[in-house]
Amino acid sequence: MAEIHNYTINFGPQHPAAHGVLRLVLELDGEVIQRADPHVGLLHRATEKLAETKPFNQSIGYMDRLDYVSMMSNEHAYVLAIEKLLGVMPPIRAKYIRVMFDEITRILNHLLWLGAHALDIGAMTVFLYCFREREDLMDCYEAASGTRMHATYFRPGGVYRDLPSKMTQYQPSKWRSKKDIDRLNEKRSGSLLDFIEDFTQRFPKCVDEYETLLTDNRIWKQRTVGIGTISPERALALGFSGPMIRGSGIEWDLRKKQPYAVYDKLDFDIPVGKNGDCYDRYLVRIEEMRQANRIVKQCIDWLRHNPGPVMLEEHKITPPDRVSMKFGMESLIHHFKVFTEGFCVPEGEAYSIVESPKGEFGIYLISDGANKPYRMKIRPPGFAHLAGLDEMIRGHMIADVVAILSSQDIVFGEVDR
Amino acid sequence: MAELHTLQQQLQQCFAQAIISTKYDRNELTIEVEREHLHAFCLALRDDYHFEQLMDVCGVDYLEYGVAQWETGKATGKGFDRGVDLEGIQATPKYNKTRFAVVYHLLSISKNLRIRVRTYVDDDMPMVDSVNDIWEAANWFEREAFDMFGILFTGHPDLRRILTDYGFVGHPFRKDFPLSGEVEVRYDAKEQRVIYEPVDIEPRVLVPKIIRHDNRYEAQEQEEASPDDKQGDDSK
Repeated sequence: MAEIHNYTINFGPQHPAAHGVLRLVLELDGEVIQRADPHVGLLHRATEKLAETKPFNQSIGYMDRLDYVSMMSNEHAYVLAIEKLLGVMPPIRAKYIRVMFDEITRILNHLLWLGAHALDIGAMTVFLYCFREREDLMDCYEAASGTRMHATYFRPGGVYRDLPSKMTQYQPSKWRSKKDIDRLNEKRSGSLLDFIEDFTQRFPKCVDEYETLLTDNRIWKQRTVGIGTISPERALALGFSGPMIRGSGIEWDLRKKQPYAVYDKLDFDIPVGKNGDCYDRYLVRIEEMRQANRIVKQCIDWLRHNPGPVMLEEHKITPPDRVSMKFGMESLIHHFKVFTEGFCVPEGEAYSIVESPKGEFGIYLISDGANKPYRMKIRPPGFAHLAGLDEMIRGHMIADVVAILSSQDIVFGEVDR
Repeated sequence: MAELHTLQQQLQQCFAQAIISTKYDRNELTIEVEREHLHAFCLALRDDYHFEQLMDVCGVDYLEYGVAQWETGKATGKGFDRGVDLEGIQATPKYNKTRFAVVYHLLSISKNLRIRVRTYVDDDMPMVDSVNDIWEAANWFEREAFDMFGILFTGHPDLRRILTDYGFVGHPFRKDFPLSGEVEVRYDAKEQRVIYEPVDIEPRVLVPKIIRHDNRYEAQEQEEASPDDKQGDDSK
């Protein structure tokens, strides 16, 4: 009989379940994994260095492209860091809008995660269901900011503009009948807030649908229960955050513990898992979607009753409005200076954090008093999670690699930066 | 935050030799530590002060700190782009510490506190003890700092490049590394392989780096510059 040796295989970078461009070198004994060596950096774009060569307000768009499924959360961390350095606070309405979109982003992210996770494990239908709801939320992005994904909506000192009073509608085309158009536009006859409110009414039912397909599904449980277990102590040592640490039973959520924006005024719960396996992380994220929905509802309620400014009237930092620019010399100069030179930020350093859908997303800014950041460091949650992958998949089968990897919710835009 | 102030005083008393300076600014506590004492200091922070988590390790290159590209006082008469001086103008007091630094962001979940630890490393041989044996989260973050800045972490189990290409030369986040890089790749049809060539992109600056001394921040700056700042008040 021939002697059997360990052998290595490449998982990715072109594997559909590698969630982007991960090259995972697996050392196998039969079908059991002995060691995993993730090779990252195939999507490295040097975002940090690019940001260091541009004025502060020109790098917001790069933030969207980091974790490209939770766009506005990344922007939030960045504008918070700038605001901390400048020592300014946005108006309260802007904070509520930010929180509302943060939570919409959380739902967006978790929907994509759920669809992809289920697809990786073999449940096709959930993917289609999730993208149905994602489409509506993308439309909310579009109505508020003009783009479906890379919004650049949060600005230092507030948000780019107030929520529109009219929701975007489908236009007649030769591809759709008038009846279809009317049906699609039925929910879109009011303002953006009306549309989001309608969404929050029907969304809990949608989550129930996903759960019907998965939560008590025998195959789903066989694939996730007891897979990729991580103890709370190890989760802390490996620098995990977000659902990865909550799945292991540590009640830690920056929105509650170190609240930013208006999270301290809102009512919501932190779901916590018990066993730290893929199934618990799944349950945590499902409950987070329901809680996010709850927060969005509260924000809608507040925003309806409290009109007001959404941007600071501090024109060294924020651009003046178009009308005053047409008539006022000073406004014109401010506009020109903000968009050519930007604004100088006082010397110092700041580390700002948000609870992004994936965990603690941090921006560390060092300013030397210039109009560009001297050093910007992005703290991506996925980077720490992927570093812990080796430990999590040792002793598992190849098929479990896919389940564990996708239960970490890896997006390479933020891991590689 | 009161807890951070008490922590600041405690640390200053217990680690008088290790600590260079402490600073409380914008609700954040920064502690600068001597490089030789970093490892012992971090171990104490984890075990005695309950900083269970290392959130981030960040390399910094201070080569061009406070160097602007535009003479804000005089150049306006000459027009915007003619005022640009790519050689650099020292706009703030000259930075007088070593070129590289490593910044650690720590989090205590049990006490709900954050702290920043900074240590300076030598210019010609940037080297510091790895904290990988204290927090395993440091593994990839230190690899990244090595890759991007060439900072060496002694005692790191697996100090390889992480984000750059296989066979990459140089440390891209150093301030003297050009933004568009040194080499570019293309497929050569004749040789039927991918070849590396020097980049043919001209480096250019769209918006010059400008440092203005804004009078709105002057009161704040003077407050900071008052007792424990060594650089004095020659920033005008």
